[in-house]
Amino acid sequence: MKETIAKLEEKARSLRVSIIKSLHKSQSGHTGGSLSSIDIITVLYFHKMRHNPAEPLWAGRDRFVLSKGHAAPAQYVALADAGYFPKEDLMTLRRLGSHLQGHPDSKVTPGVEVCTGSLGQGLSMANGMAIALKLDGKANRVYTMLGDGELQEGQVWEAAMAAAHYKLDNLCAVVDANGLQIDGEVERVMAVTPIAEKFRAFGWHTIEIDGHDIGAIINAFDQSELLKGKPTVIVARTVKGKGVSFFENKASYHGVTPSDEELPKALECLGEQCNL
Amino acid sequence: MRSTFVDCLIRRARIDERIFLVTPDVGFSVLEKFADEFPDRYLNVGIAEQNAIGVAAGLALSGRRPYVYSMVPFVTMRCFEQVRVDVAYMQTNVRLVGIGGGLTYGPAGTTHHAIEDIALMRALPNMTVCAPGDPVEARTLIEESFDHEGPIYFRLGRNGEPVLYDTGVKIEIGRAVTITEGDDFALIATGNMLELGKKVAHAMQEKGKNGTLLSMHTIKPFDTEAVLGLIDKGLPIVTLEEHNVIGGLGSAVADVIAASGKATRFRKVGIPDVYTHSVGSQEYLKREFGLDLNSIVSIVEGVCR
Ligand SMILES: Cc1ncc(C[n+]2csc(CCOP(=O)(O)OP(=O)(O)O)c2C)c(N)n1
Ligand SMILES: [Mg+2]
Repeated sequence: MKETIAKLEEKARSLRVSIIKSLHKSQSGHTGGSLSSIDIITVLYFHKMRHNPAEPLWAGRDRFVLSKGHAAPAQYVALADAGYFPKEDLMTLRRLGSHLQGHPDSKVTPGVEVCTGSLGQGLSMANGMAIALKLDGKANRVYTMLGDGELQEGQVWEAAMAAAHYKLDNLCAVVDANGLQIDGEVERVMAVTPIAEKFRAFGWHTIEIDGHDIGAIINAFDQSELLKGKPTVIVARTVKGKGVSFFENKASYHGVTPSDEELPKALECLGEQCNL
Repeated sequence: MRSTFVDCLIRRARIDERIFLVTPDVGFSVLEKFADEFPDRYLNVGIAEQNAIGVAAGLALSGRRPYVYSMVPFVTMRCFEQVRVDVAYMQTNVRLVGIGGGLTYGPAGTTHHAIEDIALMRALPNMTVCAPGDPVEARTLIEESFDHEGPIYFRLGRNGEPVLYDTGVKIEIGRAVTITEGDDFALIATGNMLELGKKVAHAMQEKGKNGTLLSMHTIKPFDTEAVLGLIDKGLPIVTLEEHNVIGGLGSAVADVIAASGKATRFRKVGIPDVYTHSVGSQEYLKREFGLDLNSIVSIVEGVCR
């Protein structure tokens, strides 16, 4: 286990480097929420999920729905590293002729399950997938990730009600609870706390963890898989911009990319030499 | 146009207590000035567009004039039925301010593009639909909205649009503006296609053809008379919009032509009823759909024959 954790930690570090490089190149996109979510995404793609990069639509795959679609760079680096498409493509993010739109487009990017970018819609689609898998008698699981600001969308709670009603124990949602949204602190803009209590009241099993503790993330996903009769939500406390000290906990880096001056410093924070 | 909007609103809010600004969390770097000066009249209601429209309608029913500001898809489509019932049906003085009309948000991707909003908004009874083509039109129409009765939708661009007007031109809701006059053809442009319309007219002039260019900054109520004037002169008409060819400016003009009982050559230039899966800037995506100078010039040459 210790070894697994160390390997995943190194993977997450290198994926953070890729996120920074890809966002620096595109000069538009969402930095903070990509960095806060990458540890969880790393565990999903490189430890937990059954999937096959050589066959993106393999019937036996677990599904991942990135409901907070603006964190697309985090999903893209994981997909590229897993082998869904060449890593060089990451440097074409949001560029002419690329297949990497600013928000995930399932029609053109291998490994992306649904088009997201309009917040609040992912959990409902994950519900539909989970219902279909159950009807088909399949053991595949459905994972989805939401932002904490995204929880302000009413549709999230319509979906939360439905997931418990249909007893979707093959569904696991993760809330990337980084405490920030575009205009500042979630608590100040429109409080969503207590998150876990709300989901419990809706009939969910809840697990609260440090969303940057790889061991805790693995345990939480394992627990969710064992639980029967209820969907699970993992409320992951995270740091927006995690890994790059001067991006951390700053709402202003929500939709701002690393500048030329910031790039070497950001890579240094991540223990990477900048050789451009 | 974003800053034009906020600056206008602030100026008015200083003397008009009715002005409120409501946003579902997209104020960053744009709305702070308003929020700082009028903290009690600025509401970030959370990422909850349906709630934003309902709250705004409640404010309007209490005598306020709320402006709901977000990206076009989120302020028109996400909350469409709330707009229909709480705003259009009840004729509340809610103003929807959408930024990023058409393909403005280019590389952010299709979820952030807006190619159906004009069709949707103009299908709502009681709704006024404005798509200003430059900061001068935006400022004038927003200023007119302060005392306008009934709901309005503004389709704006983003920032840094060039000024296309000479000073002193009269701009008012519901009246097309004649930008250039000529007897060889007519261009009718709306919103962010006005700039290109001007370039097309200029390019045609260099080819010895003089055209009339109308800026149709209001799509509803529609300036039928202005279009009938072109038909009566027998001018071939080309419409320009950064919107689906279904349901937008071109459709409104086609209705007028069909009902006039007169034949006229007519072409719609717009997005050909598809969602793009390409990645690129606004300019690049426009070119993909033939919304570029050369393509439009050849269409205009075609209708002139
Ligand atoms: C329906 C909708 N409304 C508004 C937006 C604009 N928007 C993009 S990201 C964002 C803030 C998201 O905050 P949060 O969910 O906490 O994400 P994170 O902090 O993880 O980046 C907003 C309002 C959107 N993409 N979709
Ligand atoms: Mg957040």
